[in-house]
Amino acid sequence: MTRKQKMLMSNLITYGMVTIAFIVCQLALSGSIDGFKMSRSLKGQLVPICAWIVMAVSLNLVVGVSGELSLGHAGFMSVGTFSGAVVSGWLLNAFQMENEPVRLLIAMIVAGVCAGVAGVLIGIPVLRLRGDYLAIVTLAFGEIIRNVLNCVYINVDGKKLIFGFNTPTLPGKALLAGPQGAVGVDKISTFVMGFVLIMFTLVVVLNLINSRSGRAIMAIRDSRIAAESVGLNVTKYKMMAFVTSAVLAGMAGALYGLNYSTVAASKFKFDTSILVLVFVVLGGIGNIRGSIIAATLLTILPEMLRAFSNYRMLVYAVVLIVVMLTTNSPFLAGKLATVKGILKGRKNTGKEGDAV
Amino acid sequence: MTQKRQSNTKMVPVPSYSIVPERDVDKRPVLETRHLGIEFGGLKAVEDFNLTIGATEIAGLIGPNGAGKTTVFNLLTKVYQPTNGVVILDGKDTAGMNAAQASKLGIARTFQNIRLFGNMTVEDNVRIGLHNQIRYGMVSGILRGPSYWKQEKAQHEKALELLSIFDMQDMADMQAGSLPYGAQRRLEIVRALATNPKLLLLDEPAAGMNPHETEELMENITKIRDQFQIAIMLIEHDMNLVMGICEGICVLNYGRIIAKGTASEIQSNPTVIEAYLGKRKEG
Repeated sequence: MTRKQKMLMSNLITYGMVTIAFIVCQLALSGSIDGFKMSRSLKGQLVPICAWIVMAVSLNLVVGVSGELSLGHAGFMSVGTFSGAVVSGWLLNAFQMENEPVRLLIAMIVAGVCAGVAGVLIGIPVLRLRGDYLAIVTLAFGEIIRNVLNCVYINVDGKKLIFGFNTPTLPGKALLAGPQGAVGVDKISTFVMGFVLIMFTLVVVLNLINSRSGRAIMAIRDSRIAAESVGLNVTKYKMMAFVTSAVLAGMAGALYGLNYSTVAASKFKFDTSILVLVFVVLGGIGNIRGSIIAATLLTILPEMLRAFSNYRMLVYAVVLIVVMLTTNSPFLAGKLATVKGILKGRKNTGKEGDAV
Repeated sequence: MTQKRQSNTKMVPVPSYSIVPERDVDKRPVLETRHLGIEFGGLKAVEDFNLTIGATEIAGLIGPNGAGKTTVFNLLTKVYQPTNGVVILDGKDTAGMNAAQASKLGIARTFQNIRLFGNMTVEDNVRIGLHNQIRYGMVSGILRGPSYWKQEKAQHEKALELLSIFDMQDMADMQAGSLPYGAQRRLEIVRALATNPKLLLLDEPAAGMNPHETEELMENITKIRDQFQIAIMLIEHDMNLVMGICEGICVLNYGRIIAKGTASEIQSNPTVIEAYLGKRKEG
């Protein structure tokens, strides 16, 4: 099998995996098969899972493909959440647009554009930096976005949107109320739309990686000096990865925000950025399929651990550490390779498995 | 195997105190530098560097360790911005350009400590070299229109064709970082050639190669020059290679040019001998 076929195969597996998971969930939701039903808590998790998957895949574009550690991804998500909520509320209140899927779609597109603009504005100073400095500054920008959004008030009065900064008393109906965040949100996010957004994200990211631009982004990751020496515009391609990632994060934010009746900016703190980074690292840096699986499992896990009540986060942390140790241990990796080898019908020794 | 083969090109002087092969005299020189120099905090790493390279010349840049050879390469490719003087590439002044823009003017290089895109395949490394010769943007890359497939296919064929210069087509799917040392050096040359340069700079291409490989490399360098009709400038410590294929040689010491000339002129130049071996004690 040539490399090209391998890549195509790998992409097909990723698309197939998501589609099958979607169909299984839909079957469970419909309850058409006896004894195969989804618990209430899991049902409520479906849309957030979709949003976190998109977040993880988009962050992987920056961290894995472009090789820059960004710690402010939640900032772009919050921009998306609030712009999406405002647009949705405005369309409903000012234009009485009742069509929910269309409203959600418009909200997601606007959210993507807003987050993209934020990505460009932040990218200009940030992408001049390298390594740790870039990580620190993206962290700072993530916090700046959150604190700015904490002071923004947007009301809708008739057909007009009224913007205010630190002005809690605006006329009309509040859409965005400073520290309270988006209020009175019409819950219009659906699991189907979440699935569509995941597929869209996968098409964008996977096709980008296997194109001229994606190769340029990866080349700059491997050797910036060599990339410049063959005529690649380093800033342009770094910006491309960064902004694409921000746009996708913004769309995920809109999906996430329109799933709740209120969302406060405090939801998008530094630990949210780290949470998404954990998805990426655990799933494997640069591994898109891994990001999807890790985001799904790690979103469900805390819910499943509710039985442990107070010890929930402790168990969660222990599980994370165990997974990381397991995936990094040459001994266990060797064993895993042996199992893989048996599955593929040939015997594999542990030593060869070290390379896996 | 390592017999001496002096090139017998006739070199003629041109203005700016340089020599170029007779066949290139009427063509525009691919590179011209005037009073090129760079200072690092008061240390003059390169000073008053004047050189003209003919359109199809194979030129050598030699000198003791620390003489500033690689600094000259970095100045020519705009990795460093010169503090003095000008670099004229193919008739165009490169003042204020960055490395990527200089590359588009037709200068390509390899690195002393190999810099490949190690996590990518051999073919992708060459494709990156071809990057500026195909023209589809990010959006058509995502939407996969007909122009995407057509250009990707053309690029794939071109990459294999370039790899065949060094008989490396079979390695196309291998990871570049896992190649043996010699193959990595050859891949760097192929990647540089893929950018369609007019001047190719090779920084110690024979480092770490055995005499047999070096001999092969010498043939390949000459072959590349003849096939692509480009100029090649190389830094090398292997005097067999330098004296064997370089038409014009430039000797650098302490950042200054101490001699220019053909191989035989350089070999008998007392200043060069002194720079390499030191002064004979008088008395």
